[in-house]
Amino acid sequence: MKEMTTDTLVIGGGAAGMAAAVECAERGCRTILVEREEYIGGVLNQCIHNGFGLHVFKEELTGPEYAQLFKSQIRQKGVETRSDLFVVKVDAKRREVVTMGKNGCAIYRPQALIMTTGARERPFNSLRIPGTRPAGIYTAGVAQRFVNLHNRLPGERAFVLGSGDIGLIMARRLTLEGMTVLGVAELMPHPGGLARNISQCLHDFNIPLYLSTSVVEVHGRERLEGITLAKFDPVTLQRLPGTDETIACDTLILSVGLLPQNELIESFVETDPVNRGVKVDSFMRTTHPWVFAAGNNVGVYDLVDFVTLDGKIAGQSAAKMVHDGFLPEKRVPLARTENISTLIPSLCCLEGNPFTIYFRSKKTMKKARISIGPGLFETIRMGIKPSEMVDIPFTVKHMEKLKQLGLSKIEVSLKEVL
Amino acid sequence: MERLLKIAVIGAGVVGSLIARQLTRYRCEIHVFEKEEDVGWGVTKANSAVIHGGYDDLPGTVRARFCAKGNKMYAALSEELGFELNRIGSFVLAQKPEDFSYLETLRKQAIENGLTGCAILPAQKVREMEPYVADSILGGFWCPTAGITEPWMVAIGAVENAVKNGAHLHLSEAVTGFITDEGPRGRRIAAVKTDRSEYPIDIVINASGLYADELSELAGASCPPLHPRKGEYLLLDKFDPPLVRSVLFPIPSAISKGILVLPTVDGGLLLGPTATDLPKGEKQETRTTREGLSETLSSARTLVPTLDPQWTVKSFAGLRPESPQKDFVIGKTEIDGFVQAAAMRSPGLTAAPAVAEHIVEEVLIRECGYAFERNDRFTPVNPPYENVSRLSLTEWEKRIEEDPLYGKMACVCNKVTEGDIRDAVRRGATTVDGVKFRTRASFGRCQGGFCLAKIAEILARESGRSLGEIKMRSGKTEILRGMVRE
Repeated sequence: MKEMTTDTLVIGGGAAGMAAAVECAERGCRTILVEREEYIGGVLNQCIHNGFGLHVFKEELTGPEYAQLFKSQIRQKGVETRSDLFVVKVDAKRREVVTMGKNGCAIYRPQALIMTTGARERPFNSLRIPGTRPAGIYTAGVAQRFVNLHNRLPGERAFVLGSGDIGLIMARRLTLEGMTVLGVAELMPHPGGLARNISQCLHDFNIPLYLSTSVVEVHGRERLEGITLAKFDPVTLQRLPGTDETIACDTLILSVGLLPQNELIESFVETDPVNRGVKVDSFMRTTHPWVFAAGNNVGVYDLVDFVTLDGKIAGQSAAKMVHDGFLPEKRVPLARTENISTLIPSLCCLEGNPFTIYFRSKKTMKKARISIGPGLFETIRMGIKPSEMVDIPFTVKHMEKLKQLGLSKIEVSLKEVL
Repeated sequence: MERLLKIAVIGAGVVGSLIARQLTRYRCEIHVFEKEEDVGWGVTKANSAVIHGGYDDLPGTVRARFCAKGNKMYAALSEELGFELNRIGSFVLAQKPEDFSYLETLRKQAIENGLTGCAILPAQKVREMEPYVADSILGGFWCPTAGITEPWMVAIGAVENAVKNGAHLHLSEAVTGFITDEGPRGRRIAAVKTDRSEYPIDIVINASGLYADELSELAGASCPPLHPRKGEYLLLDKFDPPLVRSVLFPIPSAISKGILVLPTVDGGLLLGPTATDLPKGEKQETRTTREGLSETLSSARTLVPTLDPQWTVKSFAGLRPESPQKDFVIGKTEIDGFVQAAAMRSPGLTAAPAVAEHIVEEVLIRECGYAFERNDRFTPVNPPYENVSRLSLTEWEKRIEEDPLYGKMACVCNKVTEGDIRDAVRRGATTVDGVKFRTRASFGRCQGGFCLAKIAEILARESGRSLGEIKMRSGKTEILRGMVRE
């Protein structure tokens, strides 16, 4: 059993973890990046489509290209990566991380811990959809892994349930590789994925999108033989009788949401019930002073660029904490108003660097007024959609004003402007 | 050379497996025929996994006789065969004042069936032991010897042990008929026909679950008609600390024990089953239904109101054989050499070890008078399936020194290493479900999202097959159907 101390330890080598590790190392911290898979890069490694990096690098990159830019920096800055390493336990009292890998057990004692453990896909089996339990039903990520990393096709005729981005991407990918993609069903009256993916992955390939529609039964005892679709009321989400339609297919691809993964720390940090991820402040610090977090384990982002930016903040903050021994403690909670679902961060610090407030709207709005405050600032945004996160820069000036106003909470409000 | 008696056990579920293993205590030639690709994939795989106390079977029934005894036998059996058994105890919960008379009946039956330690506990005591039960719970009948297990692991352990002791296992081989001839005691079994071959056989043990009546008919033996009773279940995610610690029963209905709430051995929570009687022919009708799943949830919530459907990991349905008598059919038939171990409805799992012993010791040896010699080389112990992540860190490290694959995590939800999966494949898992049932890999909250590809790769590597040939379970269940690039 090896024991070692380090300045910062990053758990999870995906987009957030790589960005955080690079920032730490750049600030002179001894940084160890732990990854349970064979390679760092996370899900980017299997996302061979382009569209990554428009915000961070101002160019369109594929997932592996985007990851490679960070992998190079990780080597240059001297981040020590430990792949194929599984974290058994995070012990907050002893400030220890117990890991197990091919070389046995190692216990790390970092001065600051950064959790970038990402999200997992909501599985089909958890949806309680009646019917048989045949082979041929996969989450989009699993199908993507089989196609892009294992050179295998899941079947011949596919239907996609859920219009999350990865489902849309896979609808296009499977079509390009010769499968027939019969359509995409979305329970909600609006798509779950980005408008650009609806256009580039569905419209460009004549793949129909059925809104307010879902799979109500699966058929086939051995391999999937078909699915029954039904329409749902857009407001009450109740199934509409007489709308059932059965479609023959041998593959069902699921893209019905991502769930933040925080099994290692959820017993000692607070979780936001709406984001389903850990609560963080504008330093990307959790409710435990030793632990920072960024990326999809905080809340589900729609762009890897946003994940990278928050990962960077987590890394910068952890490094500052290692150097200074503390971070400013005064924080004001951010509060949702009725139209807001996901909201990151949960708390705003009164000091520190500028950051970005990310939120998701529950409704589609042509034009909306976003008010941060009361009394801090307002802005107008066009084309608000539940599927697209809104990013609102929060500057040092805003922090000053926040201190002057002495607010006990910051309300984030979103109202349609008619 | 002496001629050994040739015995065919039809069905490698819990009942058939335990009978086969019991037979290997004697010198005979044993063939276990299983139509599925693996062991325990019929009735065994989808039931409540409860080792019942034995208090609710009417004294005098065959069920009562074997259930209480089987429960006791499970202690030694789990040690020998290496499967998990947790005696977590069970409650039958009263929600109305008049329910207490039923609890009193159970208390008396428990004594008559030879149980000890059972008691009717007041609401306050129930709540101390089970803090999440509904406010409406007025008290409960407590049975400390009830437990939970993984039924398929009982079957796998028993079959592995039987094979080690000389039994022949024929997987993916369905029995299609029998040849009988005239013997000194009337019509007798001469041979068993399968979809692959024909075997000269002296004794047939019919442990074919839902199909026992059909096979009896093929042999000309009488058996009450069996129909499938479907039970739908919801499996919920793990909780730490656990939400429910023991098996919670409602007051039973006229046809079943009702919908239970109980922990699984790996820490999940199981709700179910419903009880839907299906026509005789629908022996593969394991579809879940909207009504069934919502009934499961709403009934379970009458016991534990905080249960949240959002915690669902999986929904499934299983079939159990039911006969008009609602009792087991065990023993010899009018066809000499054709022995029934049939209609094993609830509490079949619990009763199985006692039934296995009875079939061999009482039916074959005493009643039928077969002369068996003891098998001196019989060894009762089957090594358990190991999960290295449950060892101490030091012990786990030692295993990694022996083989680094024990340091490579494949299933992150249930912490199963590639080494453990490889071992399961070498011990007999040929499919993704085979690995799942032996190791619990992909049984957890991600349901294979992170590990399906890894399990498939290990299966392919170990068996020299390509990924495209890897199946979920029996039949045409290939997980993949073609190459992206040749």
